[in-house]
Amino acid sequence: MSGSLVASDLSVRYQTPHGSVYALRHVDIEAHPGEVIGIVGESGCGKSTLVTALANLLPANAHIDGSIRYDGVDLAKLDAHRQRLLRGDEIALVSQDPMTAFNPVLTIGDQLVDFQHHRNDLGRAQKRARIAAMLDRVGIADAERRMRSYPHELSGGMRQRVAIAAALLTDPGLLIADEPTTALDVTMEAQIIHLLRELRREYNGIIIVVSHHLGVIAELCDRVYVMYAGEVVEGGEVDAIFHDARHPYTQALLACDPARFHERLDRLPTIPGSLPSLTQPPPGCVYAPRCNRAFAPCSTIAPPLVTLSASHVARCHAVTR
Amino acid sequence: MLAYAVKRIGLGLLILVLVMVAMYAAVFLVPGDPATVALGPRATPELKRLLIERMGLDQPVWWQIVEFFRNALTGNLGYDVWSNRPVSTLVLQALPNTLILGLTALAVALLIGVPLGCLSVMRRGTAADAVIGVLSVGVIAVPSFVVAIYSLLLFAVTLRWLPAIGAGEAGDFISQAKALVMPAAAIALGWIGYIARMVRASMMEVMGEPHIRTARSFGLPEWKIVSKYALRIAIIPTISLVAVGLGSILSSAVFVEAVFARPGIGKLITDAVNTRNYPVVMGTVLIMTAIYVSITIAADLLIARLDPRVRDVFRG
Repeated sequence: MSGSLVASDLSVRYQTPHGSVYALRHVDIEAHPGEVIGIVGESGCGKSTLVTALANLLPANAHIDGSIRYDGVDLAKLDAHRQRLLRGDEIALVSQDPMTAFNPVLTIGDQLVDFQHHRNDLGRAQKRARIAAMLDRVGIADAERRMRSYPHELSGGMRQRVAIAAALLTDPGLLIADEPTTALDVTMEAQIIHLLRELRREYNGIIIVVSHHLGVIAELCDRVYVMYAGEVVEGGEVDAIFHDARHPYTQALLACDPARFHERLDRLPTIPGSLPSLTQPPPGCVYAPRCNRAFAPCSTIAPPLVTLSASHVARCHAVTR
Repeated sequence: MLAYAVKRIGLGLLILVLVMVAMYAAVFLVPGDPATVALGPRATPELKRLLIERMGLDQPVWWQIVEFFRNALTGNLGYDVWSNRPVSTLVLQALPNTLILGLTALAVALLIGVPLGCLSVMRRGTAADAVIGVLSVGVIAVPSFVVAIYSLLLFAVTLRWLPAIGAGEAGDFISQAKALVMPAAAIALGWIGYIARMVRASMMEVMGEPHIRTARSFGLPEWKIVSKYALRIAIIPTISLVAVGLGSILSSAVFVEAVFARPGIGKLITDAVNTRNYPVVMGTVLIMTAIYVSITIAADLLIARLDPRVRDVFRG
């Protein structure tokens, strides 16, 4: 099964002793089989809440509104048991930090056998054979020996390869990579990006890559959603976003990317101001307080999602002016 | 791993020597003449001298210690000053009863405490969790001799279901098992609570780790995550606790054996101390210390076995 993923008007709020935290507000995203979707934004923008919601792993204090339709089924409305059956079968997650993603006291092979628990048709030996083949495919030499290793005996890059192999073993229709390279050094990052690029040629499900690293998104994705303070502020083809960004936040974010400066700067550019409170989101545009193009309605009226071209959208009053 | 084991055993032997030196120092420092205490104020000087010689107390302390270990190496732990029977025979007769009591209590505590702790974690925040929590703290707070006395009243005196004293008829398994129920329960009860709390606390910590989220993201059922992915890590502090706690289990055996008049090491030591029977005290303490040290080493080796990270530290 590999269907499309459509999240409409998706909002998530966390109930805490200090009041509700509106981590995600009115998010619309869609992804189709064969596509690689990027989600980019600074820390605290709701990227992780979004993928956690997509993977049905939100904690008990999270309240979800709107819908997440995957292959026609609304994931948000499924009971806990049905959600669990989808995880590790249709939906797989490559988590953020490969150093802590695996159980330290069980061997890699042991864990990867368990992760295939939905495949009742396979025996243990068959599962181990699949693991060996998959580890080989993600570029791990001496797979048989590595299966007997414990996680701490592997390097960070190798563990991230194992994490990707684990996700692919389940033949998911939706593969979510949450900051797949953030915890790695630059050389390892390049290798993992290379691996993901190779995999996308043979894989026909949906891949969602979350990152705060614009370079990673540019190299891997077809389309990208830019998030800010729990909202999707702009979305479109990678080329459109990187070369024709329309939302002031996206423009500012691109202007801050150190990779774009070829000469040494005394001081890196930054976006002045800080994120608005997610406990009491502003009534108007979330970016207005930091925006250099804000005008009268921005601070009072929430901007609509403006369609700029077939796939390019931006949530901003200024783009229509 | 082997080097680690050898090092731990060497350390264990050193502890044995230190404990015995401390024991002899204690005897040397205790005020009053042991022979007078043992024989009473009207004993003749000849009789006192005879007793002092039999216990070897006329020798310098360091020589007593050297002699003790030289004999111990050949399996001779000295002789009971009153009955003249070898101390090793006395200890070997009493030891099985105490070990059966202690190990049964421990096994019961683990078999009930660990699942209760797991259940608490799986049902965290619910009424079941709260009930287990309150009961655990409750049973920890009750001393084992109180449990012993009340259970004696209820099950032996009022209901007459279980024998009040002794260790059961020799060779009759059913009677021995019946005699074991109350003493073992008296010791185990507090430990059930202790272990349940410990397992719950360390497991709650483990459940927050990212690898548990990984296991969840692959849709593994909750019982499997708790019993395999979390318990393997969470059980480690519990094993250390139980190994150290075995000392307190053995010392509660002293009280419990006294309450139930159950023959065992505890009763042997209490009687020997009361009659100033020093060879018996020394021999019994040596054996008990040896058992305690061995259990601690076994627990450390088991932890190294369970946690590959610890294993590598010792290998390196």
